[in-house]
Amino acid sequence: MKYVDEYRDPQVALGIAQRIKSIVTRPWVLMEVCGGQTHTLMRYGMEELLPPEVELVHGPGCPVCVTPLAMVDRAIRIASQPQVIFTSYGDMLRVPGSNSDLFQVKAGGGDVRIVYSPMDAVKLAQANPDRKVCFFGVGFETTAPANAMAVWQAKRLGLTNFSMLVSHVLVPPAMRLILESPSSRVQGFIAPGHVCTVMGYQEYDELVNEFKIPIVVGGFEPVDLLEAIHMLVAQLEEGRAEVENQYTRSVTYQGNPGAQKIMREVFEVADRKWRGIGSIAQSGYRLRDEYARFDAERVFEIGEFVAEEPKECISALVLQGLKKPVDCSAFGTRCTPMNPLGAPMVSTEGACAAYYQYRRHTYVTVSH
Amino acid sequence: MSPSAIDPTSFTCPAPLKQAERIVLGHGSGGRLSAELLRDVFLPLFSNPVLDRLDDQAVLEIGGTRMAFTTDSFVVQPLFFPGGDIGSLAVHGTVNDLAMGGAKPLFLSAGFILEEGFPTADLKRIAASMARAAAAAGVAIVTGDTKVVEKGKGDGLFINTTGIGIVPEGVRMSASQARPGDRVLLSGPIGDHGIAILAKREGLEFETEIVSDSAALHGLVEAMLAASMAIRCLRDPTRGGLSSTLNEIAGQSGVSIQIEETAIPVHDQVRGACELLGLDPLYVANEGKLVAIVAPEAAASVLAAMRSHALGQEASIIGTVGDAVGNQRAGTVTMKSAFGSTRIVDLLAGDQLPRIC
Repeated sequence: MKYVDEYRDPQVALGIAQRIKSIVTRPWVLMEVCGGQTHTLMRYGMEELLPPEVELVHGPGCPVCVTPLAMVDRAIRIASQPQVIFTSYGDMLRVPGSNSDLFQVKAGGGDVRIVYSPMDAVKLAQANPDRKVCFFGVGFETTAPANAMAVWQAKRLGLTNFSMLVSHVLVPPAMRLILESPSSRVQGFIAPGHVCTVMGYQEYDELVNEFKIPIVVGGFEPVDLLEAIHMLVAQLEEGRAEVENQYTRSVTYQGNPGAQKIMREVFEVADRKWRGIGSIAQSGYRLRDEYARFDAERVFEIGEFVAEEPKECISALVLQGLKKPVDCSAFGTRCTPMNPLGAPMVSTEGACAAYYQYRRHTYVTVSH
Repeated sequence: MSPSAIDPTSFTCPAPLKQAERIVLGHGSGGRLSAELLRDVFLPLFSNPVLDRLDDQAVLEIGGTRMAFTTDSFVVQPLFFPGGDIGSLAVHGTVNDLAMGGAKPLFLSAGFILEEGFPTADLKRIAASMARAAAAAGVAIVTGDTKVVEKGKGDGLFINTTGIGIVPEGVRMSASQARPGDRVLLSGPIGDHGIAILAKREGLEFETEIVSDSAALHGLVEAMLAASMAIRCLRDPTRGGLSSTLNEIAGQSGVSIQIEETAIPVHDQVRGACELLGLDPLYVANEGKLVAIVAPEAAASVLAAMRSHALGQEASIIGTVGDAVGNQRAGTVTMKSAFGSTRIVDLLAGDQLPRIC
């Protein structure tokens, strides 16, 4: 299959792995920011191809994982209302809130539907004028343009029964947080290729200049990731700290101006809470006041949510690359996809789920 | 923001949801939730030696004849899809459950649960499709039942079919009989049915239409058994896909299974759709494929027999049954990638969910 097979070619991959081996002289710690990249690393067992000097730690780029518990509780509260059609990407349905999840709401009679695009939610609102259609707008910059477009369309169509529960977060503030953390071991970043398809990589100049750390925009296939790792190791070995782009077939320096325009039109940057990490200043989006009537938090009177997060899992440390999933004493025993202690064990993009699904035989003997 | 504002150790995650208080869709996915439902609700109450084998069909000895007996319900939406409809599926599904026991399917029952308001023309079309599928498979629909529920209390039409067949002398197959060294054979490309349904349901369009593989497999099974009786086990990887089937066999036989990613055929369209939606073809449903666990010395002849049958032309040997030792403990299925690395092929908790981005 074109645009897939050539990036999964084992011979090409082994060749790049060999080139990495030939230039590496000392240990380096690299972080792949996006959960999709973590998933590829685990799925293809790519750590087995890399020299022992190169260590990958896994970043916060899992939208489901960083969506705050209180936000999931809000979604559940809205979805439970009788006149509501609650729409979401499939991933979010199994994420546990404080007492329930969206699948349980659906089983209890709530009208919860998986959609593949927020525009499908807009269509539902058009088709069901007597119902309130709410879309759960989660994700990073990748999903923001489509979500913005849905709100913009809803306004253009004059819909009064469409709203969005917005929980959008941004990549650069999270990378900054990791870099500012005294316990961070990260020496180079693989930046998330899909986020950069939208935003370009101009945003990373500032981080590179300030922290003298190499950043390479990387794709999601095995060959992409190995190329990105090779570029990072080359920079580190040569003492360079630059922004480079491996994912050239999709990413330009400026990104997608049309997408950015609709995002700016509909969203504004705001402080956001990240699950497992806490509040980060200017780290997400909320709807602009002109679009307030589409803001589910303002449309539905659902009150304040203070979700208590009982102690057990170390997802905060995992999401910041400070620990690996297998460092958790609950991994694969008390915490599994069936009984997740934290969101990283739920989402397909979560680091814990990726380890559990693909690699647990390498680390632990799991009891069923 | 200043780093001192963040104390990573102070953040925690939620407690798990306890046992589901209600049935969720995942309980019908053929994954781990389905297995739990069986284990926690049905098996403790219904337990008997025949049921406890957990094969696709019960094999009962009555008056010296070994009879295979099975039932299946069909709730597919849309009712009509490329490659079939709920009627042909209801025949093929039950015929295949009998065939996986090596049985010659003979008789079916058909139960219809109709929703008030359902178009009679559609029902006629579906019944005609059932009749055609049954005639082609050489089975007779000999008894049936019809119920109508109020509008809103059903989803148009549900069909249940039950089937009876005769197991030939000397055929003894069960998912508990896989032995280390056995070969794992697959009759053709995976994922066609699940993706055909999904594409139709979601209005996804591809350059060429993806067609369900829905088919009756007993002819293929007969050809395989004619080649060798050393077939330990047959399963059709329906809901939950190839991965669930292999996990079930590995679990019930107390063995591990190793498969090779490059040996598993997947049509390009199906691969493309899966890439797009973030799905793994290993978990996508099939309705006209089978997995055979075959003694090593018989693998070549069974494979040849499969390839010379219309429904097994793209059959291949996809893996081997291994001991249950070390990391490869009983019930573990692993897959070797084209990169030479090995990963676990797990039973999913519930349905595969399209990912966010």
